[in-house]
Amino acid sequence: MIGGLFIYNHKGEVLISRVYRDDIGRNAVDAFRVNVIHARQQVRSPVTNIARTSFFHVKRSNIWLAVVTKQNVNAAMVFEFLYKMCDVMASYFGKISEENIKNNFVLIYELLDEILDFGYPQNSETGSLKTFITQQGIKGQHQTKEEQSQITSQVTGQIGWRREGIKYRRNELFLDVLESVNLLMSPQGQVLSAHVSGRVVMKSYLSGMPECKFGMNDKIIIDKAGKGGVTNEAGKSTSGKQSIAIDDCTFNQCVRLSKFDSERSISFIPPDGEYELMRYRTTKDIILPFRVIPLVREVGRTKLEVKVVIKSNFKPSLLAQKIEVRIPTPLNTSGVQVICMKGKAKYKASENAIVWKIKRMAGMKESQISAEIELLPTNDKKKWARPPISMNFEVPFAPSGLKVRYLKVFESKLNYSDHDVIKWVRYIGRSGIYETRC
Amino acid sequence: MTDSKYFTTTKKGEIFELKAELNSDKKEKKKEAVKKVIASMTVGKDVSALFPDVVNCMQTDNLELKKLVYLYLMNYAKSQPDMAIMAVNTFVKDCEDPNPLIRALAVRTMGCIRVDKITEYLCEPLRKCLKDEDPYVRKTAAVCVAKLHDINAQLVEDQGFLDTLKDLISDSNPMVVANAVAALSEIAESHPNSNLLDLNPQSINKLLTALNECTEWGQIFILDCLANYTPRDDRESQSICERVTPRLSHANSAVVLSAVKVLMKFMEMLPKDLDYYGTLLKKLAPPLVTLLSAEPELQYVALRNINLIVQKRPEILKHEMKVFFVKYNDPIYVKLEKLDIMIRLASQANIAQVLAELKEYATEVDVDFVRKAVRAIGRCAIKVEQSAERCVSTLLDLIQTKVNYVVQEAIVVIKDIFRKYPNKYESVIATLCENLDSLDEPEARAAMIWIVGEYAERIDNADELLESFLEGFHDESTQVQLQLLTAIVKLFLKKPTETQELVQQVLSLATQDSDNPDLRDRGYIYWRLLSTDPVAAKEVVLAEKPLISEETDLIEPTLLEELICHIGTLASVYHKPPSAFVEGSRGVMHKRLPARTGSGEGTECPDVGNAAGGSAPEAAPSIIPSQGDLLGDLLNLDLAPPTTAGPTPSTSGMQMGGMDLLGGGLDSLMGAGFGAAPAVMPASLNAPVGGGLGDLFDLGGGVGMPMGAYIPPKTVWLPAMKAKGLEISGTFARRAGVIQMELVLTNKAMSVMTDFAIQFNRNSFGLAPAGPLQVLTPLGPNQTIEVSLPLSTVGPVMKMDPLNNLQVAVKNNIDVFYFSCQYPISMLFVEDGKMERQVFLATWKDIPNDNESQFQIQDCHLNSEAASNKLQGSNIFTIAKRTVEGQDMLYMSIKLSNGIWVLAELKVQAGNPNYTISLKCRAPEVSQCVFQCYEAVLKN
Repeated sequence: MIGGLFIYNHKGEVLISRVYRDDIGRNAVDAFRVNVIHARQQVRSPVTNIARTSFFHVKRSNIWLAVVTKQNVNAAMVFEFLYKMCDVMASYFGKISEENIKNNFVLIYELLDEILDFGYPQNSETGSLKTFITQQGIKGQHQTKEEQSQITSQVTGQIGWRREGIKYRRNELFLDVLESVNLLMSPQGQVLSAHVSGRVVMKSYLSGMPECKFGMNDKIIIDKAGKGGVTNEAGKSTSGKQSIAIDDCTFNQCVRLSKFDSERSISFIPPDGEYELMRYRTTKDIILPFRVIPLVREVGRTKLEVKVVIKSNFKPSLLAQKIEVRIPTPLNTSGVQVICMKGKAKYKASENAIVWKIKRMAGMKESQISAEIELLPTNDKKKWARPPISMNFEVPFAPSGLKVRYLKVFESKLNYSDHDVIKWVRYIGRSGIYETRC
Repeated sequence: MTDSKYFTTTKKGEIFELKAELNSDKKEKKKEAVKKVIASMTVGKDVSALFPDVVNCMQTDNLELKKLVYLYLMNYAKSQPDMAIMAVNTFVKDCEDPNPLIRALAVRTMGCIRVDKITEYLCEPLRKCLKDEDPYVRKTAAVCVAKLHDINAQLVEDQGFLDTLKDLISDSNPMVVANAVAALSEIAESHPNSNLLDLNPQSINKLLTALNECTEWGQIFILDCLANYTPRDDRESQSICERVTPRLSHANSAVVLSAVKVLMKFMEMLPKDLDYYGTLLKKLAPPLVTLLSAEPELQYVALRNINLIVQKRPEILKHEMKVFFVKYNDPIYVKLEKLDIMIRLASQANIAQVLAELKEYATEVDVDFVRKAVRAIGRCAIKVEQSAERCVSTLLDLIQTKVNYVVQEAIVVIKDIFRKYPNKYESVIATLCENLDSLDEPEARAAMIWIVGEYAERIDNADELLESFLEGFHDESTQVQLQLLTAIVKLFLKKPTETQELVQQVLSLATQDSDNPDLRDRGYIYWRLLSTDPVAAKEVVLAEKPLISEETDLIEPTLLEELICHIGTLASVYHKPPSAFVEGSRGVMHKRLPARTGSGEGTECPDVGNAAGGSAPEAAPSIIPSQGDLLGDLLNLDLAPPTTAGPTPSTSGMQMGGMDLLGGGLDSLMGAGFGAAPAVMPASLNAPVGGGLGDLFDLGGGVGMPMGAYIPPKTVWLPAMKAKGLEISGTFARRAGVIQMELVLTNKAMSVMTDFAIQFNRNSFGLAPAGPLQVLTPLGPNQTIEVSLPLSTVGPVMKMDPLNNLQVAVKNNIDVFYFSCQYPISMLFVEDGKMERQVFLATWKDIPNDNESQFQIQDCHLNSEAASNKLQGSNIFTIAKRTVEGQDMLYMSIKLSNGIWVLAELKVQAGNPNYTISLKCRAPEVSQCVFQCYEAVLKN
């Protein structure tokens, strides 16, 4: 299991060091600093073995988090734990920075004591941690017996992510379907690979212990419903909209997985506040919001002509925002002249790229940029690698075609019904790695 | 909110100031001071001097302060055990606190204080906490049992905590179950044979129920534990699989990977014609692909595992090639792994896409990545015949870029393509020759020379080209020298008239002017062949070469099986068994996949039977082990290449590997002699060849043994299966006062092994190699060499269990391998071990009787005289003999190399084949080993 956990700043100074196992000595702290943080070359692996000791690390801004062990631990678990640790810290004190860590080191030690025992991860849900570990020192002295046992039963319980007795005057739900669409396109416009990775993020402000059921236009369900004498609700949604084929999905631990496996229904008791309900991945029938058509021409040895056309490919009534096209330029660029029809374009020498920004663009439109790039003559034999042209944007729909069909809330003990809950649904499609080779 | 101020402390008189503050009356000031202490501790300052002052702060009702003090205690208790006792009372009191959080905190912290005296006090509170009414306390206590076991295993067993822990598996609270499972699994690892976890269908059922209810981490513990279970039949296997598959949709990647591990393992038992088997295969692909959208570090772990899964069951991901396409912004470690998997998945169906991608990658920035991409193109050509032509033209395009390392890499792979498809692509030779000058890496130069030699008849100026290399012959690396020698001989055999002078030149360079034995040997063989029988020479040198395998870098099947059992863990990331990087006994147990059971009707058919056991993949591919293995570097074992006394460049920095085989030099020579397939020759056939060579290099191995000490027969220490073809057997001997480790190395792989080195782990008697491992010649396929390694006893000492256990690492150009063996303790018996009689008597009396142990030696038919003589040969000296009532009593003394004396009394009764022996020693641990030596010596 995990033998110890260290947090370093960018210089390699230790900010936090907590050792859980006897086989990890103080020298491990230095070994990692010397061999990884201070190593001249780029880190070639997130797992390093130094003198029979294994180090796992992740970086958050310029903070290094390292887990050390001498045993054959579950490597996937270690990284999941490190990410979780980052989430927990972020939810307690915001950004993970040297200053914040130093300011909260007592708190971090308390957390580390609670969520790792002898190197075994324990309950790490911020919801329940915050009931007894707070920044104002630990609660616990002045609690009643009931409160105490409520805390412990929540920390260890089946529904460790939600405490009992939550009350809201207004029961409200916010559902965000956040998708990132990824594309790799050849210069000829052939799709080499495209997929959408999506997340359903929920903010729930519901009283009691509500039982929720979430439905979407999943092809498997809709086909099933279609075969078996269409129920009213399913019938409505199939008539109008397309169903989508989901390649795979994963769920927050609140979702009953066995039920999903047998009936493909998504039912759960939600955590309070914001959390990620599910992630999914689709590859079929993706709506690619933008198409990039590059044209690069070498004029002699000292000049390049670049023309890039972007076309928006969605309903004209919708607006894409925060559009940014990044056109890489060779390292020996000496000057660039740009002309664009829309938005602003700038050559950024430090980033070796022309960055073209457009604030808004409606669907079914087209825009173009052309640039002349002057090159310094070099005798470098190596050809310019021509990195792909990448794009960023945000669109108000789900490129996978996913639609939320329903989210039902049942709370038998309290006096409110599904109709009393105010529900909000929003779709946001963002660019993931959206690249066109040129 | 500004705790950061504690990190900036004044340097001078700091400890003194802190001391004053800790003893302050004001609570706030105390707390501040403790915080400062913790901050200093974090940055590595020694604040142990404050121990009593900090412990004094423990008696508080402020929970935050208490936690800080505990943190300090955990760090320093070990260095101040006596003072740590002061804390015990508070702990015991806290374990009775009405607040469950405080009870749990006390028991959790107490387990982290590794002081013997404290652990005694821990037992009672722990027993109570294990039965506490509050689940939070129980789950903490469960882990505490594992902590205690780590400190004092015997205590845990004596106190019956293991049974209580087992009971917790049936606890009503899922988190308690999960922690109990984790604790038991860990304890079971250090007792490989105890049936501690006692997995049976009932307990499995409990675990599967808890699986649905516990936290993500708990699910991981349970799944990892389930993976150790072997179902009784395929039905049970299927029902467990059915209950595990829902976990594949968990958001936590580790849960998914652990579930994959269970499924991959239990699938082995399912008949392949079962519908469910196919369903399961289909279910596995999507979650594996989803893992690739995780954060890069997790992607890396996933990719390393997918690499194993693809080798074990290629059908799972065969349609998913696209997801492994490299993204421009992927970190380099993800890129390299993806590339590896792409090549494994390449097939006729997707080769066009793969090639287009690879060509793209070959223009990227990172040199390693580009090289690997170029190499991958070559591998595609070899793997998918239909694509070979396109691959070759792609490689030619890349050569045109004139990027130095791209060109070199391309030439190396083109040589392999020539091997695979002879007489097909030779038209490109002209282009290759244009780049001759730019090659500066030995591997590329050697490849180019091979090509020129192989196709000498089609290259008009072959002689000129080779001659140009000859000028700097002595500056070339061995690899290039050997290749050049062979190539020129080939050229001579093909065009004898014009090249006589050249061949003479190279032969004399290789034999007379070189001090590299490999080169000289090869030179002499050619020379003699050419001078005695040119026709035979032609048959040998220009013999048809064996085919090269399609797949490369495959993991050896038994290792692959073991790694499948370790999916998700570090072993699967390193692609090494845990024993290779875990110290001590933990996790050294080898895991195996279960065999397919014979229930169910479908399994009777021969096809399925064939695949049973999972150890024989359908078409067992031959293995060319990878060279620049990541782990060799990672492990940082510091195994230096053997440094020989003379200036022999041959042994250091030689990177021949598979190259020599491909070069068709010495190996095609041997191949011609033994029927053109060196790889399949049985080892016995080979023994005389290797033996002769071995004798030459056996330093002191054959020296007669005047004393006649007992030498155990050689046993196999490292089977070839586990070491990529290297088999090591051996024994230990003591010759003329020098301890020798006598090794027999046999190369059962297809490639030449070089660069041998050896290192020992710390051991009970400080055994260490006294010099480097003297393997001067590369070990060819099917060659055997005997080496004797003198040992010293001045190495680092660590007590081993058993005492005479020795862990050894052997390195060669392919990899580092580990094995452990046991030496007879008699080799540590030194020659001056004869004690004076008086001293013996006094010592015998002086050693307490508790230290005496008695053993029986049965079935020994020597009289006391013969026994005494025999024992003397192994430095066991008889000091006195006494006969009492027909019983001979022999008094003997032994001195070990580390100065420990062992005194013995041997009772021999005429006519009774059973001896009784009493051993007395100040270190009674050695008695058992000494007794074993007696038995071995007397019976052999």
